[in-house]
Amino acid sequence: MALGITLVGLGVRTDLMTARTLAFLLLKLAFTVGIVGVASIYLTRLSRPGGDKRTSSISAAMPFAAIVLLAVISLGFAPSSHWNKMVMGDEWLECLLSIPIIAIVPFAAAIWAVRRAAPTNLARTGAFAGLIAGGVSAMAYALHCTDDSLPFVAVWYGGTIVLCTLAGAALGPRLLRW
Amino acid sequence: MTTHEIELKTLMLASLDGDAASHRALLDRLSRRLRAYYKGKLAGAGRSAGEAEDLVQEAVLAIHLKRHTYDPAELLTPWVHAIARYKLIDFLRRTRTLQADVPIDEADAMMAHDDNVDAESTYDVKRLMERLPKNMRCSIEAVKLDGLSIAEAAERCGITESGVKVNIHRGLKALATVIARETRT
Repeated sequence: MALGITLVGLGVRTDLMTARTLAFLLLKLAFTVGIVGVASIYLTRLSRPGGDKRTSSISAAMPFAAIVLLAVISLGFAPSSHWNKMVMGDEWLECLLSIPIIAIVPFAAAIWAVRRAAPTNLARTGAFAGLIAGGVSAMAYALHCTDDSLPFVAVWYGGTIVLCTLAGAALGPRLLRW
Repeated sequence: MTTHEIELKTLMLASLDGDAASHRALLDRLSRRLRAYYKGKLAGAGRSAGEAEDLVQEAVLAIHLKRHTYDPAELLTPWVHAIARYKLIDFLRRTRTLQADVPIDEADAMMAHDDNVDAESTYDVKRLMERLPKNMRCSIEAVKLDGLSIAEAAERCGITESGVKVNIHRGLKALATVIARETRT
């Protein structure tokens, strides 16, 4: 669904075939798939009554920690005059807007699925639904995005996904009550 | 693992397999435990125990509707507890907003009643009572102010029942004398 929106609305990036861009695409996908994978495991646990007791959410932060570490390393190797360009990229505003907007659809789907179960910690469950939605959306957006630098991915992808998570945590108690 | 857990879990597994009689028995047993749980919790939260019945119904309904979320590999008690607790928190939150809903009265109603006389007379009675001997004071406080029976007052003050009566009689007389003297001066 999110994939379809990206393909229709934004179009796949045109320079997909060179080795360097393909490597970056795979890296972005690995980052987002990691987030979605971990968050899905937690969400299934949280949507059972009492599931929040046995779950600590720390490992959901692992993909973020990994990308930030990689970003810091790559900044370390680059001359500091390039830092601004590396972090801000060309289209940071588009990224900042696109990911949350594309995330609406997967968020609705995740909420709809969780509502059929019985989560007992609504804020946390909503946060994980938002995390998954942000991850899926970033996955789709990665196909379009042409900014290939690790700091850019860390700041703007990571930041918007965290934004989606916070939105999910705020909306969870209202949308998930049963 | 307690015997309740084993018994209830057997019923739960049977009812998940579609055994209607087990399902009824399970809900019946759970509702009794839930009633006790909610009565205790509501009393702790300063609410009336009568509200427990609504909560029991809600929780039993939720257990019935959400029974597919029970994982047979897990214990039943924590699952039921999580649902019961969720429903309790939800109920307390929901009703708190209702109780905070105080109507906007006419501004005049604010000034309509003067409670100062009551407050002053309470103060006066206390001040006068302090002058009485201990047994008289205790008897009058117990019977006339706190509304206890003669027997209860006797127990509280540590004297006989007839002693209480005599002390009240004399104490009131003494109070009347004191008040008469105070109004004269």
